[in-house]
Amino acid sequence: MKRRLLLLIPLALFAVLAVFLYQGLSMNPSDRDSALLAREFPAFELATLEDPQATVDESLLQGQVTLVNVWGEWCPTCKQEMPQLLELAERGVRLVGVDYKDTRAKGQAFLDEFGNPFEVNVFDPEGSLGFDLGVYGAPETFLVDADGIIRYHHTGYITPEDVERTIWPEVQKWRSE
Amino acid sequence: MAKRMTSRKLLSAALIALAMIVAGVATAAIEVRQFDDPVLQQRYESLVDSLRCPKCANQAIGDSNSPIAEDMRERVAQLLEDGRSDREIQDFMIDRFGDYVLYNPRLNDRTWLLWGLPAALVLLGAVVIALIVRARRNASNRALSDEERQRLDALINRERTR
Repeated sequence: MKRRLLLLIPLALFAVLAVFLYQGLSMNPSDRDSALLAREFPAFELATLEDPQATVDESLLQGQVTLVNVWGEWCPTCKQEMPQLLELAERGVRLVGVDYKDTRAKGQAFLDEFGNPFEVNVFDPEGSLGFDLGVYGAPETFLVDADGIIRYHHTGYITPEDVERTIWPEVQKWRSE
Repeated sequence: MAKRMTSRKLLSAALIALAMIVAGVATAAIEVRQFDDPVLQQRYESLVDSLRCPKCANQAIGDSNSPIAEDMRERVAQLLEDGRSDREIQDFMIDRFGDYVLYNPRLNDRTWLLWGLPAALVLLGAVVIALIVRARRNASNRALSDEERQRLDALINRERTR
């Protein structure tokens, strides 16, 4: 009898493997945690989109919970995402934009057309800040706490459901920390 | 007949030419970076082959046209010229894009299972084989008891008398 049970071992191993691989089928390879979670927002020094003379650095993100959204005029999903960002700004969330690999004229035109939920926009034409943030496409969104530590990261389009399910709760969570 | 042969040859020549053009276009699309120092050149080539493009499905940054792969290649070249080691350059990329970026992930608390499992399975297999071999050897070495011998003789006799 004992020997018979031993014969079931391969079947059991197969079942474990099958469950494991089946789960893999529904996993999204782009859903991976940012390498920057729980780390300080990278240092930078760049001009703002609004004023080429005014430079800002990472101290911009000190003092209160901020949602940093990386966008560009060339990015169609960023346009679809704007209503959700405007909604968050309406609720009192502080938003800072990073205009990524864009030109000033196009970036300004984008904000004129789709609205501007951002307190300020960091102008990053070379994508250098984006690179240090590990951004590999736009839109990407980072939640930074009052101490300038990255606490949450969202890759890609923020749907209205994402706002309710993750973004807004995360903002509130880190505000109360 | 001869005519048919030539048209076939023509066709295959045309196909080969087409394939060469397509291959040429495919390789020409990614700009090749040249270093004066052949050692740097070699290190650059192996680095861009060992770093995975975060945007694309399973392509090295050396094989991809995506903007982020271009930026990463550019950064690899800069860091090489700054005299950084391969390890430092990999660390630089991991800091920004995570462990994902290495095709050959390093051994750490998240990857020990990945690296350890094959070795553990080989060991397990060796143990199983050793047990089977031992059991077989024991079985063949064991002498028959008197009772078993009698039964065997009886069976052989029965077969013979049939």
